[in-house]
Amino acid sequence: MSNDPIHQFHITKWIPIDLGGIDLSFTNSSAFMVATVGVASAFLYLTSSNRGLIPTRLQSISEMAYEFVASTLRESAGSAGMKFFPFVFSLFMFVLVANMLGMFPYFFTVTSQIIVTFALALLVIGTVLAYGFAKHGFKFLGVFIPSGVPAPLLLLVVPIEIISFLSRPISLSVRLFANMLAGHITLKVFAGFVASLSALGALGIGGAVLPLAMTVALTGLEFLVAFLQAYVFTVLTCMYLNDAVHPGGH
Amino acid sequence: MFVSSANAASTTETVAQTDTHGTPEPAVPGATPDAHAAETHTETGVPHQQGVFPPFDSSHFASQILWLAVTFAAFYLFLSRVVLPRIGGIIETRRDRIATDLDQAARMKQDSDDAFAAYEQELADAKKKAGGIAQTARDEAKAKADAEQADISAALEKKLSDAEASIAAIKDKAMKEVGTIAEDTASEIVKKILGGSIDKASISAAVKAVRG
Repeated sequence: MSNDPIHQFHITKWIPIDLGGIDLSFTNSSAFMVATVGVASAFLYLTSSNRGLIPTRLQSISEMAYEFVASTLRESAGSAGMKFFPFVFSLFMFVLVANMLGMFPYFFTVTSQIIVTFALALLVIGTVLAYGFAKHGFKFLGVFIPSGVPAPLLLLVVPIEIISFLSRPISLSVRLFANMLAGHITLKVFAGFVASLSALGALGIGGAVLPLAMTVALTGLEFLVAFLQAYVFTVLTCMYLNDAVHPGGH
Repeated sequence: MFVSSANAASTTETVAQTDTHGTPEPAVPGATPDAHAAETHTETGVPHQQGVFPPFDSSHFASQILWLAVTFAAFYLFLSRVVLPRIGGIIETRRDRIATDLDQAARMKQDSDDAFAAYEQELADAKKKAGGIAQTARDEAKAKADAEQADISAALEKKLSDAEASIAAIKDKAMKEVGTIAEDTASEIVKKILGGSIDKASISAAVKAVRG
């Protein structure tokens, strides 16, 4: 295996599909999207199939995920926001399982592709816009007018609010993407040091202990980041959905 | 900015990697995606894009978006139709069950409290009743004892007065007989002393006079 830290992000075509000049091939990325969905669905489906009143360990993991997302959404967007629960839960599980699958050696990390995270962020913002305008009409624009701000200041505040709203899909997607990308590159670089140092002989093997320890520590950190970024993505989604449910409520 | 610097980094990597992959084709940063796509098929073994930082390689964007849409839509549908109602149902059932159990426990506690209160009440009643019965029994026994005592003392009183009466009668009789004896004795004495008889009437008058 090469030491190229970028190699892990390369996309390879498994089943080439070309539709009118547009490349829609089934790639390793597509395969890991399917794997993410498959693993998450199978886990949630199988662990809940007993419908036990007293949950087994695995069943309580599914229930914990359910209640975790439900309480996060309820705290941010209130009970009116619970109609988005399946959407938010799907997002959380998708990002979490994609991040976690990416932690396996030789596995592809779907969330390290900016287009994937950007598409997910656009889906969130699109949902906010579509629901906001469908539910509140032009009152939804009240999202840009914070309450309790004197009129002259509004001239300054409203453009800032608009810019911050427009930057949401970018910040939402880049945060997840950059965290996954940087973490995996760092991990690969330190692991690469271990290999190249130990090739230098006895002294090198002694010196390789440091990057090895670093790799172990970074692996732990990356598991934390994998969970944390899925959580952050979910929390921000909930906050944005709150704007759609209660515009002008901040 | 980030894209171009990443391109540069990737390019140097690629140059360093060329011997590994066996294609000594110099990568051109900023080449069109179509050119890369064509290149990919010419490569054997590990086909990958050269020159563009892979996450920013727009030639795969359409495919990524399509497959993300397909997989995420399927995931969303499966979760919202099957999994989430099921897990929600499990949690709801458990919450209901716990609520019912708590209600039942509260009801049972109420029942036991009621039963305890009823028991206390009955105990108090029984105690009161027992006290009443004992009191009546005591009163009855006392009344009976009093009555018997009164009877006995009345009987004793009667016997005493009878005895006194009979003693008095006997005494009277004795006293009376004392007179006759005295008369007899006196007449005997008189007869012995005087040698003659004397009439009874004077003797008894004399005896009477002596006895007073």
